[in-house]
Amino acid sequence: MYLVTLTDFLQQVVSGIASGGVYASLALALVLIYRAMDVANFAQGEMAMFSTFISYTLITSFNLPFYVVFPVTIAIAFAGGVVIERIMIRPFEGKSVITLVVVTLALFYLTNGMAGLIFGYILKSFPSPFSSAPISFGGIFVTVQDVGVLGVCLVILGLVYVFFRFTKVGLAMRAAALYPESSRLVGVRVSWMLALGWGLASAVGATAGMMIAPITFLDPYFMQPILLFAFAAAVLGGIESPLGAVIGGLTVGVLLALVGSYLPAGQNLRLPFALVIIVAVLLFRPAGFLGQATVRRV
Amino acid sequence: MALLELNEVQASYGSIRALHGVSLKVEEGSIVALLGANGAGKTTTLRAISGMVRASGEIRFAGHDIAGRQPEDVARLGIAHVPSGRGTMTQLTVWENLQMGAYIRRDRDRIKADYERTMRYFPWIRSRKDQVAATLSGGEQQMLAIARALMLNPKLLLLDEPSLGLAPIVIRDIFEIVKAINRDDGTTILVVEQNANLALRAAERAYVLEVGRVTLSGSSAELAGNESIRKSYLGD
Ligand SMILES: Nc1ncnc2c1ncn2[C@@H]1O[C@H](COP(=O)(O)OP(=O)(O)O)[C@@H](O)[C@H]1O
Ligand SMILES: [Mg+2]
Repeated sequence: MYLVTLTDFLQQVVSGIASGGVYASLALALVLIYRAMDVANFAQGEMAMFSTFISYTLITSFNLPFYVVFPVTIAIAFAGGVVIERIMIRPFEGKSVITLVVVTLALFYLTNGMAGLIFGYILKSFPSPFSSAPISFGGIFVTVQDVGVLGVCLVILGLVYVFFRFTKVGLAMRAAALYPESSRLVGVRVSWMLALGWGLASAVGATAGMMIAPITFLDPYFMQPILLFAFAAAVLGGIESPLGAVIGGLTVGVLLALVGSYLPAGQNLRLPFALVIIVAVLLFRPAGFLGQATVRRV
Repeated sequence: MALLELNEVQASYGSIRALHGVSLKVEEGSIVALLGANGAGKTTTLRAISGMVRASGEIRFAGHDIAGRQPEDVARLGIAHVPSGRGTMTQLTVWENLQMGAYIRRDRDRIKADYERTMRYFPWIRSRKDQVAATLSGGEQQMLAIARALMLNPKLLLLDEPSLGLAPIVIRDIFEIVKAINRDDGTTILVVEQNANLALRAAERAYVLEVGRVTLSGSSAELAGNESIRKSYLGD
């Protein structure tokens, strides 16, 4: 009896880590934009939803295999993110935080409405690129799906890390986000770096959408709870820390899986629980796990 | 011929005018000092040159009128601006700060050569490349800021109060290096200072700003002998 419970528990943990990879990806998207603009992009989830619909269309209407659809969608999402920044955010660059929040909220409703108009509101089942066959790791069964989702998310997160850590443009994007004035003085086109950041965030978000859609089904609202989970992850990790977003994402994934399966009516408690995480972190440790209270010398 | 020439340059912050028509010349290969009390408009003059503040009037640099250009484009013409407060990218490493200095350049071999040249002035940087810049002392950060500017291989170097907040001995080192950069590499330098003593010793010419206007100019020797300068800026 004890063993069964432990196995069950571990299985929940593993599948929580897999969804955690998805939350981590979307949380990273939020962090990327937050670092560059000091504003959470409330439309991040909706942009990911729209990208996922594009991939759905490519799969179902054009009969393309997933391994083609995945990179194509990411490229489209990247371009879309850049274009959205140029059109909707650029006119408001340097404006107050509240202005930018309103703009991202407008983008939220605009994207949601357009998705409804173009793709409809009927729930669609998104074909999974991975089988749901279980594989056993020493008595714990995990699905190929779980392993695949986590693997894809980790690869994308790793690529983002390598880009920021080891490329010249990645370095310039970091510098532009933290030190816009100094960066302009050495010739960095800071405004374009922001557009690139939006493209990157959108691409990472699209990965999250395509990975979670087979599990949740697809409609114009399907990313909204995921966005809340990603917010919880980003806040928990420290809203300015990319590594924090990943750790926060995996943690939130596990916690939500446990809440979902062990508390009575747990599935319905996941959203309120994510809100509790957000409020608790903001109250007791606003910098999260890895965020530093940044000291600004004036 | 003057490498840099400002003609009746005006600049404002919102409705407050900070520069009321500043004119000055910086000859190629020279060091020129811009002196003046706090709030006189020295920083604003440098910011007007590098495009960080919107300016009207004429700013000629190496044959281009650069008034109103964006800082990104001004940097590409070969003007490196070490801002007041150093503009250290504190969360990045020393090496990353230097890399950012060479951001607009593509010529790898030349960048390498400029790195070696820069390290002649700041040999201590070599062994501390991987340190986060925030862990450097104020004087080291000022030197790093100048090193970062040199990585652009600039024709014109703008220095905004490099002595600010530093110990006298460090200030002396920094001014020696500034002079060496001018002497050995022929880099033209426009340096802003409140410390007129120091600046007049390094520079060939100087301009004195008062509330957004040039009120005095001349060779450093002339200005150092000028009665009102001695009273206002040299602490006599
Ligand atoms: N960002 C700003 N906003 C509004 N006024 C400013 C700003 N920066 C400088 N000023 C004003 O412009 C004038 C010139 O300032 P500044 O160029 O910084 O002087 P200095 O460098 O000679 O001390 C001052 O009156 C100052 O108060
Ligand atoms: Mg100043």
